[in-house]
Amino acid sequence: MNTPEKAAPKRTGEWPLFEVFIRGQHGLSHRHVGSLHAPDAEMAIKNARDVYTRRNEGVSIWVVEAEAIHASAPGEKEALYDPSNDKVYRHPTFFDVPEEVGHM
Amino acid sequence: MYAQMIQSTGKGVKSLDEMDPTERAFQERIDAGGKIEPKDWMPAGYRKNLIRQIGQHAHSEIIGQLPEGNWITRAPTLERKAILLAKVQDEAGHGLYLYCAAETLGITRDEMFEALNEGRMKYSSIFNYPTLTWADMGAVGWLVDGAAIMNQVPLQRTSYGPYARAMVRICKEESFHQRQGFDIMMKMCAGSEAQKRMAQDALNRFWYPSLMMFGPSDAESVHSAQSMAWKIKMNTNDELRQKFVDQTVPQAEYLGLTVPDETIKWNDEKGGYDFAEPDWTEFYDVLAGNGPCNHDRLETRKQAWDDGAWVREGMLAHAAKKRTAKVAAE
Repeated sequence: MNTPEKAAPKRTGEWPLFEVFIRGQHGLSHRHVGSLHAPDAEMAIKNARDVYTRRNEGVSIWVVEAEAIHASAPGEKEALYDPSNDKVYRHPTFFDVPEEVGHM
Repeated sequence: MYAQMIQSTGKGVKSLDEMDPTERAFQERIDAGGKIEPKDWMPAGYRKNLIRQIGQHAHSEIIGQLPEGNWITRAPTLERKAILLAKVQDEAGHGLYLYCAAETLGITRDEMFEALNEGRMKYSSIFNYPTLTWADMGAVGWLVDGAAIMNQVPLQRTSYGPYARAMVRICKEESFHQRQGFDIMMKMCAGSEAQKRMAQDALNRFWYPSLMMFGPSDAESVHSAQSMAWKIKMNTNDELRQKFVDQTVPQAEYLGLTVPDETIKWNDEKGGYDFAEPDWTEFYDVLAGNGPCNHDRLETRKQAWDDGAWVREGMLAHAAKKRTAKVAAE
């Protein structure tokens, strides 16, 4: 995401920054592809079409003003993800299935 | 390359023992092949270096549209015109991907544009050479984009996440650029004597400037050593230049063209060609602003920026008006 630690001071006359998300052909979720500047959301979608889908990369575009995105802080990585690390039984490979049982 | 002569802290590479724990953790993450993301802690020098490098790379893509844009209206066929137009549009796109990566480091796009327009930030020396004939469109795609690919492919593994991701997108599109250039060269070399001469002339003029793109030897440079430790530079300039020559000479032979270097010779021992260095005085002179097209390129860029001001301002005013109307209606 384009959310630097210290956001550069906004300058007068600069178009706002939009983050661009695109859904590809094969039914997958929208995926972040980059950002661009545009005066408003409508133009952001038009620009995203030119910048990010010149080769049929997508069938749907989302744009979100970068300022509207809330992100987890890198410093909280441990607090956020450690609790799931010690729950190995959440993965199917935790359980042994006897060979005789076959595919499960 | 598209980013040339990037200066780092100049203090040389610190050993892990000399670093404080935060910096050591940062370096160890890079050493282990991890990625640095925008909100992560990074040394000020890493941030500054990357802004310079990605910014210069972006500016090169933008200014790089001009030598080729020169031929869009005069392409020999409608098909060639459509292809060249698509190629130049890609360059604009590549510039935008890179600006977006640089912005994650805390510089605004307009600041970068201003720095370019005021000559505080550079772009690649190669774009200060003129494109005199249609064969130059072939030579630029084949040699200039070919040289760029040499540099950009390894940069897909660079340590800074947004830069690496921009490089992945760019590399996917870049090989079309080189092939369309080589295709123009093949056509011309299979044409009349005059067309062959034109192709040879384009190679003669673009050979050394293409070798210069990689920058002077940096085997001894502390700046390069630091950039390589940070994995924002993946190979030395000489390594990439050698690779480019080894790839390009057989392609020139296929075309029936002669590389304008009488000393060029296959060296069995090193498994590569020996070749003549370009004239580095000319390189520094072009970087200093004295190349054949420096003035013209920058003036064109400034004029486009100034001429577009009323559009940028008008669109903002229109967006503000629409927002107000929407609030009033609610």
